[in-house]
Amino acid sequence: MTPPRIVLAKLGLDGHDRGIKVVARMLRDAGMEVIYLGLRQTTDSIVAAVEQEDADAIGLSMHNAGHLTLGPAMLAALDTAELDVPVIIGGIVPDADLPILHDAGIAAVLGPGASAEEVVSTVRRVVADA
Amino acid sequence: MTGDRRAVGRLLSLVERGGAEAEQIAELTHAASRDAHVIGITGAPGAGKSTMVARLVAESTSRGNSPAVLAVDPSSPLTGGAILGDRVRMAEIDTTAFIRSVATRGHAGGLALAVPGGARVLAASGFDPVVIETVGVGQVEVDITAAADTTVVVVTPGMGDAVQANKAGLLEVADVFVVNKADRPGADDTRRDLELMLELSHVTGQGNADFRPSIVMVNSLDGTGVDEVAARIEAHRAYLEHSGRLHARRCRRVRFELASRAGLRFERDLETILGSPTMAAVIDDVAAGTATPAAGLDALAASLAERP
Repeated sequence: MTPPRIVLAKLGLDGHDRGIKVVARMLRDAGMEVIYLGLRQTTDSIVAAVEQEDADAIGLSMHNAGHLTLGPAMLAALDTAELDVPVIIGGIVPDADLPILHDAGIAAVLGPGASAEEVVSTVRRVVADA
Repeated sequence: MTGDRRAVGRLLSLVERGGAEAEQIAELTHAASRDAHVIGITGAPGAGKSTMVARLVAESTSRGNSPAVLAVDPSSPLTGGAILGDRVRMAEIDTTAFIRSVATRGHAGGLALAVPGGARVLAASGFDPVVIETVGVGQVEVDITAAADTTVVVVTPGMGDAVQANKAGLLEVADVFVVNKADRPGADDTRRDLELMLELSHVTGQGNADFRPSIVMVNSLDGTGVDEVAARIEAHRAYLEHSGRLHARRCRRVRFELASRAGLRFERDLETILGSPTMAAVIDDVAAGTATPAAGLDALAASLAERP
């Protein structure tokens, strides 16, 4: 069986990368292939990575309260590139914003309390639904 | 025809997956791909391979080429998962050049089995050169030379003394040496040790009489020396063409690929036969002490010989 390939990135100016590194490790230990882009990515660099890497899903780490702007911007960039790849946001997202992100088309949101099992099962479900 | 990037991405996935579709792609790309220069970059973990590849690719793009990179990282032997992190070092180039991260997926030998096939897809899609970056390797993993026209070995100061340089392995396969992090103490010592090693290869006749690998001092962080690396890679390519050795290298590449594929097929057959009822009975007998391991091996060899 081919392992799912997940692009993980921090989008924009946000230097908090402890969480995304932990998530990378969780997904690796669950048998997935993580394409780790790291800090200061743009929607363009993520689109390029998704195309070249033939990724099954994108995980964006957000700790700078930019999710309401950057989440939809990411979806719009994917739409322009005609890429149908689900986007998961991880990080600090207030409950009130969850329905907004959901309606915008973000596939799932994982908060600070998410366990490894939750992270892995969410990614698997999103990949399977795509 | 630097074609649709997503299509190339998909093709690479199919090649990685193996099986009938991969075979079909191999057939289709075979004829169209033989002209791209395949450059292998290898060296110990942390030597600075990815950072230097990023610089080389940027240099290549600036000269009007369309480079592509296959960056290989290890899969976990326990879970099959992988963290493919080479793009982090290549952030500045990644929308202009084509970069693909490849997990080894359990194949031994540093290069994933999919690499020769992937390089061919990229070459057939119009990318040239195709750069293959291996997993960090040590002394013995030399199979990259079989997949590449030109092999660049990246070393760093503090890698050891002249005795290390003379041990067999990685250093024997280089067409170009890069002493990376050359701003660090000991870089000149490393260069001298490599020079000495090359001298001895010359004396014993083990190296090519008509080509001596060059040693380039590089600082990949600020780019010092990278243009020289590019020039040396070009010089090696020109040498291969003029000397007629390009064909010999490519024969070696085909041989490597055939051997890898045959090995994979053999392993699959072996697993099937070991799982058969006949062999299960033989294994039981050996475990119980009623048959010898040699008899078990004979039975296994007989089953292998009978397979279609």
